[in-house]
Amino acid sequence: MYGFEALTFNIHGGYLEAIVRGYRSGLLTAADYNNLCQCETLDDIKMHLSATEYGPYLQNEPSPLHTTTIVEKCTLKLVDEYKHMLAQATEPLSTFLEYITYGHMIDNVVLIVTGTLHERDVQELLEKCHPLGMFDSIATLAVAQNMRELYRLVLVDTPLAPYFSECITSEDLDDMNIEIMRNTLYKAYLEDFYRFCQKLGGATAEIMSDLLAFEADRRAVNITINSIGTELTRDDRRKLYSNFGLLYPYGHEELAVCEDIDQVRAAMEKYPPYQSIFSKLSYGESQMLDKAFYEEEVKRLCLAFEQQFHYGVFFAYMRLREQEIRNLMWISECVAQNQKSRVHDSVVFIF
Amino acid sequence: MTAARCWPSMDMLRSEPMQLVQLIIPIESAHRAISYLGDLGLFQFKDLNAEKSPFQRTYATQIKRCGEMARKLRFLRDQMKRTGFLSSSWSPMGTNVNLDELEVKLGEYEAELLEMNTNTEKLQRSYNELLEYKLVLEKASQVFYSAEHNAIAQHREVEQALGEGSIDSPLLLEQEMSSEPSKQVKLGFVSGLVAREKSMTFERILFRSTRGNVYHRQVVVEEPVTDPVSGDKVEKNVFVVFYSGERAKNKILKICDAFGANRYPFPDDIGKQYQMITEVSGKLSELKTTIDIGQLHRATLLQSIGYEFEQWNLLVKKEKSIYHTLNMLSLDVTKKCLVGEGWCPTFATNQIQNVLNRATVDSNSQVGAIFQVLHTKDSPPTYFRTNKFTSAFQEIVDAYGVAKYQEANPGVYTIVTFPFLFAVMFGDWGHGICLFLATLYFILREKKLSNQKLGDIMEMAFGGRYVIMMMALFSIYTGLIYNEFFSVPFELFGRSAYDCRDSTCREASTLGLIKVRHTYPFGVDPKWHGTRSELPFLNSLKMKMSILLGVVQMNLGIILSYYNAKFFRNDLNVWYQFVPQMIFLNSLFGYLSLLIIVKWCTGSQADLYHVMIYMFLSPTDDLGENQLFMGQKFLQIALLLAALVAVPWMLFPKPFLLKKQHEERHRGQAYALLDSTEDDSFELEEHKGSRGHEEFEFSEVFVHQVIHTIEFVLGAVSNTASYLRLWALSLAHSELSSVFYEKVLLLAWGFNNIFILIIGIVVFICATVGVLLLMETLSAFLHALRLHWVEFQSKFYEGDGYKFSPFSFVSIGDDEE
Repeated sequence: MYGFEALTFNIHGGYLEAIVRGYRSGLLTAADYNNLCQCETLDDIKMHLSATEYGPYLQNEPSPLHTTTIVEKCTLKLVDEYKHMLAQATEPLSTFLEYITYGHMIDNVVLIVTGTLHERDVQELLEKCHPLGMFDSIATLAVAQNMRELYRLVLVDTPLAPYFSECITSEDLDDMNIEIMRNTLYKAYLEDFYRFCQKLGGATAEIMSDLLAFEADRRAVNITINSIGTELTRDDRRKLYSNFGLLYPYGHEELAVCEDIDQVRAAMEKYPPYQSIFSKLSYGESQMLDKAFYEEEVKRLCLAFEQQFHYGVFFAYMRLREQEIRNLMWISECVAQNQKSRVHDSVVFIF
Repeated sequence: MTAARCWPSMDMLRSEPMQLVQLIIPIESAHRAISYLGDLGLFQFKDLNAEKSPFQRTYATQIKRCGEMARKLRFLRDQMKRTGFLSSSWSPMGTNVNLDELEVKLGEYEAELLEMNTNTEKLQRSYNELLEYKLVLEKASQVFYSAEHNAIAQHREVEQALGEGSIDSPLLLEQEMSSEPSKQVKLGFVSGLVAREKSMTFERILFRSTRGNVYHRQVVVEEPVTDPVSGDKVEKNVFVVFYSGERAKNKILKICDAFGANRYPFPDDIGKQYQMITEVSGKLSELKTTIDIGQLHRATLLQSIGYEFEQWNLLVKKEKSIYHTLNMLSLDVTKKCLVGEGWCPTFATNQIQNVLNRATVDSNSQVGAIFQVLHTKDSPPTYFRTNKFTSAFQEIVDAYGVAKYQEANPGVYTIVTFPFLFAVMFGDWGHGICLFLATLYFILREKKLSNQKLGDIMEMAFGGRYVIMMMALFSIYTGLIYNEFFSVPFELFGRSAYDCRDSTCREASTLGLIKVRHTYPFGVDPKWHGTRSELPFLNSLKMKMSILLGVVQMNLGIILSYYNAKFFRNDLNVWYQFVPQMIFLNSLFGYLSLLIIVKWCTGSQADLYHVMIYMFLSPTDDLGENQLFMGQKFLQIALLLAALVAVPWMLFPKPFLLKKQHEERHRGQAYALLDSTEDDSFELEEHKGSRGHEEFEFSEVFVHQVIHTIEFVLGAVSNTASYLRLWALSLAHSELSSVFYEKVLLLAWGFNNIFILIIGIVVFICATVGVLLLMETLSAFLHALRLHWVEFQSKFYEGDGYKFSPFSFVSIGDDEE
């Protein structure tokens, strides 16, 4: 029904789209970031944030603040907003909104499993989990010894269950195959999300496929860079790439055989959208790649708001807020550790 | 209140003359001066530090302190709320607390409360744990009992079966049974409590992780249990899990932890169980008394806080607002005084100076504050002094747009025209009286109601009580004219002018009626009611009346634009806007009004539609029987020509003249700048202010004028038509009320049955209140609003000003978060 969303979209989605656009206008602007970067103490940050939408969440915090408190409260705001939207949403928007959190779910699963492997306290690990990716039986993950148990005990009840079909092995868990599990799950998740968006059709499909393709490509590059010099075989590496995106399939072939960062760069520069990202980096450098990708992502997410009557705005808003929280965390850390010269290293301005 | 007396008399038409003022206050008396100004509430500070971020400003630390104190106060309020104290117990402003003292005090209180809370929390936690333990002991023993009971029963059954020697009984059974105790692995079990909503998944996970090698029983606990960890009331189940083997135990323990299920040991032995129960009960009562004592102590502390809480809260809010205001002032180069700029009404000059002097004296400052009027081209804020009666009407106007500085304020006329136009649509003196009584309640209990919190809708009705009162009074008046009282006609002003010719005449026709007396002295003759010609008569009357009212109100709007032009000395607007607009509107619709009046006076049968339509289509044709007066044809041709001339008159001259003026001014300014270099400070400021006017885009002005002209010309027609809503709504109102009266009340009456009558009366009252008094009021209100905002105010009102919002302590108390 492409082009006809205007007729029917507002029946179910209109209210929430208005809400999410309202939320978006509460995102911090470049002026806010400039002010925040000038802060001397965490109290200054709190004071500045109290004039923004974070105000009510921070106002009851007693004075010696910690970075974690700020981040926690800011995340709480995002979670509250998300829950509000989810409570108001009808199908298929509610499914769409749930899809957004699966990524966090995967991260949480991996976090807990790795944590238990290194014999950390479960309660402590639970506090570190992203609240959006929580599910009922998450704490039980600690019981599992291998993938099969993991799946059979806990994950079979969660929405992640279908993604597990590719990585059920009886091997004991170790760092390497947890990481492989994460990427396999993520691959399956992205593909599923992509299919779901295609099914929705219309502007949602158009915009979301672009955003998800970018996500998939970024993950492919990251997997490649992180797996250079490890025992992961080319075929295994190839298997972790999602089966869509701009790089699929020829780019993946090239990435699969890359042995160092410059080869990755050569493979990527064939794609005009990524050329600009890599052209900002000097040869042999991969440190700033994350930031460059984040900047590109933010740019794309902002563009999602230019169109109306699609679900991409919800995805974009959640991602932008998360980016904002990352920014706040970085700024607060820099301020707390007196490293103000490094403030601009990792902050991605949104507007 | 002494200040109120020295204010000059009310002047609502033009907003108060304002002045931009510079205050130079020595730093030692600044705080006091601002606080006094806040008490006075007539000074609006300009933010001179807009480019600085909040924490770079001079008083950032103080604001942080205030924020911290506000947080502590919120904490205290939270604590009080939780214990059930209301902080509304107003204390007389007895002890004068100083901010520093208060800070220390608040800190102490907070620390004390926090300590108490942690103590009680610990106690409470163990208390709750014991409670849970007790529950487990009670419920789990049930499980065991029933199991034992079943086992015995089963055993007996088996024995019985064996005794009978049935062939069905398994042969190996006895063997199995006997070998049980020796072979049996000791079964371990875990008992505890799990939240009910999690119990299903809990059971499932247990089953899965042990591959079904557990025996799991749950017993529902009826009342919600306080969870020891979170302190919330949760519905829980008692569970008992039997397992075998050490690995299974580990797994189960892990799962219990993961689900937040609290485990409690359960003794096998019944004697031990009883012992445990008594032990736990004893501990519980002990803990209970300790907790009670703690609570009592806490309550007295909170009570003592509660006495002074409001006062502290107000103080902190005041201080915070003072520091916020101080932050708007810029620090002098010498760092010894603060410079502030802001707007104040001219009449308040003396008051402000007095206040500043008082601040200087009170704070023993050597240097007085300086009060200096600045000249500026910035447009000042709009400030109308309203009282409780006029403020609601002014709100109606402000909701559309705040008046430009000193622009003619439609609010003055709205006070009368708004309720009147409402009443034209709502004319029924019975309904009017109901409405009046309702607002009378609000007005009589004004003092009491204004102090308490009302609901959303009530708040609105209460805020507009005087508007509603005026509307009610006017609808009583129009109701008398329409002669409607719940759609029943009354012969209030003497007897009807008409009567039957003879005894045979039926009620439903006017044909049999003849005029026997003088015309009914006031309003519509009651005999019209219910006749076949009632509607045509009332329609014609109300329609014509609507047009008359509309033309009068629109003319008033245009005349106000004349007063605006005169006030701002803008001759262009007088000659090229006001005059042609007057000509255009009156040559068409003024003429129509004239025809209506002539027709009413002479009783002519002329068809006014025909006259108006053919005035445009064929102005030269003879009017025939539609002629109302001599020379009408020539007058019509003249008026038509005048209207035609007025359109280009409105359109063309103004933009060209504006352009010419601009060019002249520009040339003049270029010369003036050269020779006025000596007093450049003043000149520069003026220059800065006037920069906004310098850009002159001819095309833009012209397009604007085209739009304005088209809007007016089309608007003249559509706005006049729009006033017909007065007729339409009034018709709807009277028809609805007559339907309710005739089809409900009279119908019910006709049955001669008391029950039906009661039902009829109830339905009638509900319909009257719900539909006529509430919904109709709302719709007539909205239509009156529209007529004012669109039809009336578009003729003259710019409404692009901004409101005067002085720094005042009065508004601080109200904003609750």
